[in-house]
Amino acid sequence: MTIQFNDETFRDDYTFRNSDWAIKRFPFPFHEDSYMYSVNMEQHRGGPEGSVFEKRFDVDEHYISEMRDRAIVLAEDPLRCQSLPHMTLAGWDLLELIMVSKSEDYPDLFELHRNGDKWRWINKPLGIDDTFTFMDDASLPYGPMEYITRQAQGDFAVLDQRENNLWMDAGMVTTQADWSLDFDIGMNFFEWHAPVPRAHEMGVFKRALKFLLNIQQGSPARRLNWTMTVNPLLDTSPENYHKWGVQKTSLMPENIGRKQHLRVELQTFYRLPRSNALVFPIRCYLIALDDLVTVPKWGRRLHRVIRDLPEDLATYKGFIRNRPMILDYLSQYDDGKPTSPGIWPDLETEPPLEK
Amino acid sequence: MSAGTQKIPVIVTAKVPLNELVTRFEFQHAEGGSLPPFSGGAHTVVEMQDGDKTRLNPYSLMSDPMDPSHYAISVRRDDQGRGGSVFMHDKVQVGDRMVISYPVNLFPLDLTAKKHLMFAGGIGITPFLSQIRQLERIAGRFELHYSVRSAALASYAEELTTRHRAHVHVYHDDQDERIALADLLRGQPPGTHVYICGPRGMIDWVRETAADLGWPDAAVHYEEFLAPQSGKPFDVQLAASGKTVTVGEHESLLEAIERAGVDAPYMCRGGACGQCETRVIRHDGTLLHNDHWLEDDEHASGEKIMPCVSRFEGKTLVLDR
Ligand code: HEM
Ligand code: FES
Repeated sequence: MTIQFNDETFRDDYTFRNSDWAIKRFPFPFHEDSYMYSVNMEQHRGGPEGSVFEKRFDVDEHYISEMRDRAIVLAEDPLRCQSLPHMTLAGWDLLELIMVSKSEDYPDLFELHRNGDKWRWINKPLGIDDTFTFMDDASLPYGPMEYITRQAQGDFAVLDQRENNLWMDAGMVTTQADWSLDFDIGMNFFEWHAPVPRAHEMGVFKRALKFLLNIQQGSPARRLNWTMTVNPLLDTSPENYHKWGVQKTSLMPENIGRKQHLRVELQTFYRLPRSNALVFPIRCYLIALDDLVTVPKWGRRLHRVIRDLPEDLATYKGFIRNRPMILDYLSQYDDGKPTSPGIWPDLETEPPLEK
Repeated sequence: MSAGTQKIPVIVTAKVPLNELVTRFEFQHAEGGSLPPFSGGAHTVVEMQDGDKTRLNPYSLMSDPMDPSHYAISVRRDDQGRGGSVFMHDKVQVGDRMVISYPVNLFPLDLTAKKHLMFAGGIGITPFLSQIRQLERIAGRFELHYSVRSAALASYAEELTTRHRAHVHVYHDDQDERIALADLLRGQPPGTHVYICGPRGMIDWVRETAADLGWPDAAVHYEEFLAPQSGKPFDVQLAASGKTVTVGEHESLLEAIERAGVDAPYMCRGGACGQCETRVIRHDGTLLHNDHWLEDDEHASGEKIMPCVSRFEGKTLVLDR
């Protein structure tokens, strides 16, 4: 299908909206009525047609507006994009991965023409037509990682692999759930995960790291993560906490359905060929509760998950104070009926709400 | 992740004997076009159809990592081995179709290093050939010390010394030339990383000398592919799939599991990557551990085994597979 790009904002007047198409393909993260941390990883080899899992790098109706938001963040705070000197090769690897994937997966939107190391890249939605020399840093207006991630939705952490660990040595991070690249730069897998409750004790990180170190070229993997965000903000960074943290107190029973969003991250993992680095794209999807409950199964399930989530997780995810209000709202959409297994909406087979 | 390692169909486009032991093989993509680029030090697992037997051996890629037109490996003939290298030498011909795995790197360059100090022994030269190509592109600083039995068996020594006269040093055993290791290690600038690929004895010697001189483990890298050892046949029960197989004398435990039709994970097939780690449910006998992956206490616990290289002797072995 051809994508109708929205003209919308993720700040100030918050004109962000999901179309019916975007609601139905939303990556709902709960495959059952409860949630706990786990090593929830699977191969990233496509998915059902039209789903966000289908393409290597999903492009949707928010593309142009998200890229505009990223440019605003970078103009205010250039440290959101950093790359230590030894990561330039990984940056070229990433540029190639995204250009090749997008031009193959969306030939009507992106074109890549390669003649030896002379490359021409056409990005129609953003109106870009650039010719450059592959592996020649001087031939692009930015470093290779910054150049391509200004044209790709989601954050990107680029990890160097050494000493049986991963090191956050480069990244483009403007749409994050309350963590900071400038703080984490140079840290290893256990160091940057230090604030997460429970998962260390559960052995989740040890096993996850083993898995990641073994990710092979040509065999990417993926997982989903989630949190809750008041207002459709992409940039919920510690750097700007003073701007968005206070907005959590603006939640009222009258506006909660519009203001409270479920925030889901589709996280993928790719081995980069020339540098042996790992790239970790973190793609953020937002959905207002009012939109989410139009899928009866999701309304029922989200209520149960939020209700039963252990307190330390709700605290870490930053919605412990608003949880009672969120539950009051969501309970209207839970009639106690059983839900089908799996994350899909199952609109045809699941019963309508009886309440 | 399972045995679903991505595969590449290739055609053998060159078979070049270098000396009485070593032959180079070159591959191109069977469907034309490019092979995936890789990083210096990576290997590929080559599948060999030897009659009704499938052999899978890892070989370091030695060609230019940035040149996607072809891959090259060098195979040292080992008449005492389990037959993979002899198959490559005797049976594989130019024009043959083969299947190889996507490149995997267990011996990458540490790109934060200020200088790369390399020690190669014999056929252990191969990963350094691609690493040096990679370093040439980024003007990385390196020094290679290459120990060989004799000038006649010094694969690629001439090309290397011609290209990098000041940075490559070759030592001939038959002329009693020896690497002055301790002096070399003492004279390195801060930020130097050491890389070793060669026989077990050489790896141990360099690692121990470096450790004695206070080098941190993190700055000392090595790669040794272990060939699975032959041994007495034994039976293994695969609890998860409800099967029992006998592991033959010249067969690895992993190969026997695969022969039984069970999809078991693997990557390096040489005891180095950890991918094949398997839980031992029960055993009455001795686990013969041959891997580099498990820690000593894990070996002693009897709860885990790496079936790509390790074996068993005794009455019963039950695995979670
Ligand atoms: C190399 C790739 C990865 C990167 C760069 C990464 C990065 C991060 C960061 C920056 C945080 C926020 C920590 C904070 O509060 O400051 C986080 C949270 C977390 N990560 Fe990772 N991570 C990676 C892979 C994984 C994997 C494979 C797992 C698998 C289980 C995982 C599990 C988690 C969990 C459970 C949290 C807490 C999230 C929440 O409750 O909202 N991470 N990660
Ligand atoms: S397959 Fe790599 S350790 Fe066994």
